[in-house]
Amino acid sequence: MSNHILEVKDLSVSYGGIRAVKGISFEVSEGEVVTLIGANGAGKSSTLRSIVGLERPAGGSIVFDGRELTQMGTEQLVTCGITLVPEGRRVFPNLSVLENLKIGAYQRKDSLDTDIQWIYGLFPRLQERSWQMAGTLSGGEQQMLAIGRALMSRPKLIMMDEPSLGLAPIVVQGVFDIIREINKQGVTILLVEQNANMALKAAHRAYVMETGQITLSGTGKELAENEDVKAAYLGKAKK
Amino acid sequence: MNMKKTTKYICTLIAAAAFILLLVFLESNKNTYGMAVTVLQKGFILAVVAVSMNLLNGFTGLFSLGQAGFMALGAYTYAIFTIPLESRASVYYISGMNPVLAGIELPMLAALLAGGLVAALFAAVIGFPVLRLKSDYLAIATLGFSEIIRALIASPQMDTITNGSYGLKSIPAASIYVVIGLCVISIGIMALLINSSYGRAFKAIREDEIAAEAMGINLLKHKELAFVISSFFAGIGGGLLAMFMRSIDSSTFKIALTYDILLIVVIGGMGSITGSVLSALLVTASKEWWLRFFDEPLTIGGVSIPLFRNGFRMVIFSVLLMVVVLFYRRGIMGTNEFSWEGFFGLIRSVPQRIGSLFRRKEGASND
Repeated sequence: MSNHILEVKDLSVSYGGIRAVKGISFEVSEGEVVTLIGANGAGKSSTLRSIVGLERPAGGSIVFDGRELTQMGTEQLVTCGITLVPEGRRVFPNLSVLENLKIGAYQRKDSLDTDIQWIYGLFPRLQERSWQMAGTLSGGEQQMLAIGRALMSRPKLIMMDEPSLGLAPIVVQGVFDIIREINKQGVTILLVEQNANMALKAAHRAYVMETGQITLSGTGKELAENEDVKAAYLGKAKK
Repeated sequence: MNMKKTTKYICTLIAAAAFILLLVFLESNKNTYGMAVTVLQKGFILAVVAVSMNLLNGFTGLFSLGQAGFMALGAYTYAIFTIPLESRASVYYISGMNPVLAGIELPMLAALLAGGLVAALFAAVIGFPVLRLKSDYLAIATLGFSEIIRALIASPQMDTITNGSYGLKSIPAASIYVVIGLCVISIGIMALLINSSYGRAFKAIREDEIAAEAMGINLLKHKELAFVISSFFAGIGGGLLAMFMRSIDSSTFKIALTYDILLIVVIGGMGSITGSVLSALLVTASKEWWLRFFDEPLTIGGVSIPLFRNGFRMVIFSVLLMVVVLFYRRGIMGTNEFSWEGFFGLIRSVPQRIGSLFRRKEGASND
């Protein structure tokens, strides 16, 4: 696969003297679901935060669609075609579902009707609740809204930070179904997850992060069957 | 419950017509209803400033306390450019007027607009450093700015421009229709802004800065925009206040004025335009008019009640405020806006509410 939409090279991120990410490299190709899995503190979220510009990387390069992102402001990324579904959903609680969706398309000046219909098609529940305040939705519905809101900017790449965080298993299943569905419709997805089991099932390719480094990579299937991964993340003892 | 759009239009038209008729009636019987005329004008002027403050504090989530300073800028700009040329010598009787300004007299609307623009300009300049601050720190910085403006205006070095601590008088007034008309237009423009996609971005910033940024909203740019627009309308409000009071001096624009407006915003509901307007009218009316009764000496059966004397009304006013805040934690309107559906719903529920009140009492007496 040569058609890399996102290429991260030797990225390192430091907080004060502590190096959270120690020179990692990975790439995402168009149309893929790529997941970055790892335990707490492995550096997954720092990686994502530096891609979206919330954190200035200490070194390395991030190239998206031929453009260097390391010097760009967070709000400019949306115009490049990247959107972030932030950790913990972060919907706007005192705004209605529809308003939340409209803010997602803030950088666009064209008509939003077809996109809103598209989102409502993906998440019929949101249509039922379009006038409800987002803060009154359940956790799963808020996650749907956060994904829908991100899709409103028509991104080429959508990055999700722990979409399964704090959700009931059945709801997590629903979230991953949606991830597969929007990927089928042509959106590339970079997924950062602790729920390795679900993430590996959904992903084409996966990277395992440990203490700031990428220790393993391969297709989702390969990694799901890897003995070390099984032992470390999937709760299955080595044979 | 859903009402037809035409029904709503008709309701709004009837209400507007009734309001205009009321104004005409009050204005033509000025001698009898002088207090009502005063309260309506001052209430509407404060409503403009309250909505401008709400735009910043309630909608964008920036806790700013600089409103009095921006009002002062607007009021002084309006006054300096509109005092009739022939009265200027008597107004600036101490040190004379700055020769550059002495010959300039602007029409009322142009001067008012200039006042707004001066306030907006100052906001734009101080906005870039100040808006990087958050919550309490922003409040302190804007409060300090407001005091600096007031001190500058009162300083003897500014005598030839602002007439220092002597204040300005002979400011031309406008009829009640012009004042209230301008207030309605200003509030209308701010309401349109808040309902536009910019308003949505402001609300997103209030709700969650990181998520807003991730949606492509440039935080500093939008905060600056909200700050400048809010200050512009505070300046317009200041100009209107000068128009209404006809004489101003720097002590009018003390921090207390900002607090009065903050009070109106909180009572009306942070994030509700109609709440601010309603509360501006109610607060002004009770402060200046309805509670006057408590300031008069009261004698019942030959015994004069010692509490009833000058200033007592403010005690009652404060008690009322506490009651309102206790029962309406998020202000009268919360973040909701007035709608005819809500209004008729409220009226329809009145018999039921009174009924339930009696039932509760019966229940209590049975125990």
